[in-house]
Amino acid sequence: MARIEFKNVSHSFEIAEGKEKLEWAVNDINIIWEDGVANALLGPSGCGKTTMLNIISGLLMPSEGKVYIDGKDVTELSTRERHIAQVFQFPVIYDSMNVYNNLAFPLVNAKVSSSKIRAKVEKIAEILGLVDYLEFPSSKLNSAEKQKVSLGRGIIRDDTVGILLDEPLTVIDPKMRGELRRQLKIIQRELNITAIYVTHDQHEALTFADEVAIMKDGRIVQVGSPHELYSDPESPFIGYFIGSPGMNILDGKLNKSNLSLKEFDIEFSKDFRDKIKIKNGECQLGIRPEAIITSKVKTKGTIPFEIIIVENMGSYKILTLIKKNESNRNLRIKSRTDIDMSVSKGETVYLKFPEEYLKIFKDNHKIY
Amino acid sequence: MSPKKKKNKKYSKIFLILYFFLLTVPIYWMLNTSFKFDTEILSQFTLFPHKFTTKNYVEIFNSSVWMGSFLHSLEYVFLNVLITLSVSIPAAYAFSRWKFKGDHHLFFWLLTNRMAPAVIFMIPFTQIYSSLGLFDTIWAVALAHLLFNIPLAVWILEGFMSGIPKELDETAFIDGYSFLQFFTRIFFPQIKAGIGVAAFLCFTFSWVELILAKTLTIINAKPVVVTLTVGIGAEGIKWGLLGAAGVLTLIPGAVVVYFVRNNLAKGFAMGRV
Amino acid sequence: MKNRAWYFVIPMLILMSIGAFLPIMVVVNYSQHYIFAGSAPTFVGLENFVEVLHDSQFRGAVSRQFLFTFMVLVIEISLGLMVALALPKKGFWVAPCLVLLGIPLLIPYNVVGIIWRLFTQSDIGVIPKIFEVLGGYYNVTLDSFDAASTILLLDVWHWTPLVVLLVYAGLQAIPDAYYQAAAIDGANSWRTFRFVTLPKLRSVLTLGILLRLMDSFKIYSEPLLLTGGGPGTATTYLSLFVARKAESYELGYASAASLIYFFIVLVMSYAAFQIITRIGKGGKVE
Repeated sequence: MARIEFKNVSHSFEIAEGKEKLEWAVNDINIIWEDGVANALLGPSGCGKTTMLNIISGLLMPSEGKVYIDGKDVTELSTRERHIAQVFQFPVIYDSMNVYNNLAFPLVNAKVSSSKIRAKVEKIAEILGLVDYLEFPSSKLNSAEKQKVSLGRGIIRDDTVGILLDEPLTVIDPKMRGELRRQLKIIQRELNITAIYVTHDQHEALTFADEVAIMKDGRIVQVGSPHELYSDPESPFIGYFIGSPGMNILDGKLNKSNLSLKEFDIEFSKDFRDKIKIKNGECQLGIRPEAIITSKVKTKGTIPFEIIIVENMGSYKILTLIKKNESNRNLRIKSRTDIDMSVSKGETVYLKFPEEYLKIFKDNHKIY
Repeated sequence: MSPKKKKNKKYSKIFLILYFFLLTVPIYWMLNTSFKFDTEILSQFTLFPHKFTTKNYVEIFNSSVWMGSFLHSLEYVFLNVLITLSVSIPAAYAFSRWKFKGDHHLFFWLLTNRMAPAVIFMIPFTQIYSSLGLFDTIWAVALAHLLFNIPLAVWILEGFMSGIPKELDETAFIDGYSFLQFFTRIFFPQIKAGIGVAAFLCFTFSWVELILAKTLTIINAKPVVVTLTVGIGAEGIKWGLLGAAGVLTLIPGAVVVYFVRNNLAKGFAMGRV
Repeated sequence: MKNRAWYFVIPMLILMSIGAFLPIMVVVNYSQHYIFAGSAPTFVGLENFVEVLHDSQFRGAVSRQFLFTFMVLVIEISLGLMVALALPKKGFWVAPCLVLLGIPLLIPYNVVGIIWRLFTQSDIGVIPKIFEVLGGYYNVTLDSFDAASTILLLDVWHWTPLVVLLVYAGLQAIPDAYYQAAAIDGANSWRTFRFVTLPKLRSVLTLGILLRLMDSFKIYSEPLLLTGGGPGTATTYLSLFVARKAESYELGYASAASLIYFFIVLVMSYAAFQIITRIGKGGKVE
């Protein structure tokens, strides 16, 4: 496996079409995917993930910038020449062959001796949990098993530098998804695979990867571990995108000792205000639903909100709350409570916003 | 792209151009011949007419035999398509909507008829139609062709109809539509494409069919397909005339291809030819 | 509701019975009689069938037919496959190519015969001219081999586009991901073709093979118009053979021969029906 790097990679489809006005599908991407790390590329539909995928795999040559594998410039090389394997959204297997031959296929093409092939296939099959299926016609497997065969073909060659996983769980039965994802993670760890998992599903990305890169509108907006992205988002967008439900983002004005929103004020301690290194002015407040303390009891410093929706999620509840203001658009936020808290629509509850979980943003950037 | 791939692509292109050239050459040759004088055809080999003439076409348009046979063909083909569709549409509806005793067997039997070599029916048809007094009339050919076109039409229409969800019918009935209203206002527009395909294929088949058309006609209903066979083995065949007649018979097909040019591949995959 | 179905089906059934069922009964009847103009038919049981099966002319026509159909399949399927693979997958040229391919398929069979007559007849055709220039010999009316080859060439010209269109539709249905995966797996073009393309074309190829099998077995107009079945019997295929017998009023013989002919086609039809509906259930083009 190897280290894959993008330097100033940009791509516009309009260039090939000879158009004047350019729209950049991906714009000035600089990123390093380290050897042996489980990476994810996460972003909403249309953010440029697919274009990135095709540039990494070699299907597309970027309009600008360079791609390196272990320091070597591979920008002009084809897919086959780069040795990057790919697992697609639907299982891609040779359905005229049995599982053994599917796994052996890349090695047979490379003219490896049959004894070596046998050893490798058996080893890979064991890691994938497919040993009992080797003689089966590959068309008879279920979709999760087929995806494992796809993966197997990718990892069986020694010269594979990395594996791209393009939303591999899309066609998998929901019941089997969690299990397959778990298995993929284990395999990645065991074999030290450089994996790049491309998806729009944050749950998949955050549970699989050690390093996640978030993309929006053709740019990479943040790279970090799942924890970093969760607790330290670079922008309101990331705060909102990560988490289910995402971070509440509120507009307000920063003052000397508090933050004032239209509907209420949040008081700060001096320490906290000092840490926010900007002058008074407009800003955005971010706080996660899980961090808000919801209580039926009014205490000092809590702010009353009215419940308009209660969602029972099984092990917790999500409340959608509003605070009426002079204009007709109410302030709307979400909070999370224990499952045993009995609340109902229309009820008033009292919210506290603990300082330690507050995030301050200005001009779409994290300030604190 | 690797140099090897580029070379392969070049060979593919050459191969394709060669293939399409060979495909169009015979048609061009017929066109070419149709605009020549017979003397030129027999004496020289020319790639395009040295002396261009439309006399062959004029002769056909002036000939009662030729024009008559074009007319006969058009008559029985239209008649056939009309009857075929009238009985096939209800039958196809029954097959697609309802399961009834023996429906699979009936369907299969229908297909068998489509597969049967026409020659088998030469003898009995001659007997039957002469005893009905329909020998050498357009009715004979129109009815005879039902043998092949009904199964084809039912097969195609059933396929298209099955693509329309039954819920549509049920909703219409709940809404109070009578069956006739439902059929004409709701169902029919949906299956227009299917009817078009069925009508086209039946038209083509009937227009082209030779064995039965030849057997059942002598003079009064002689179709153009038969007139075209005239002169085989005889001396002094008028090649120019033959070419012109051939070109004219091509026209229905060419017209259709022009109209469906964008849907051709899609239609073929769907049309269950 | 169930009875209603039959009402819908009855008009069709009536016409088909008169048009199909009744005639078959007539043929079956005639096949068991010796019919001589003027006198009443005499019942001869299965004698006609025996006579047909022993007739070397009949057997000749059958073997000629099988050879023809076999050659047709071999050439049309492989050529059709090659052309479909060479066709552009998208872009400006796709539509014109498809239209050109559609044209031969819509030409009335008799006109196909005429076209090829003009193309191959000595003194006026292109092919004889080519042979003349190259110094070879070609005569479609006098030489058996030339005649048979020309009919074969005619059929290939006429019907290969059908195979091309079917395979082309099948190829469009193969997602690019498979080719990508094969490239990553290091497969060369032949192995990609063998393990990706061909398996995925299974259903369209079967359809193409079955259609050509059925229809080539019934060929009639083209040999009639091009060579008249000759020289001699070189291009007298089964349909033509039986038609001749019917036209010459050997009704008993012709009826028996028709039934045997029908039986052969029926067996093939049945197989076709089973296979094609199975493909249909599996989801048409894979």
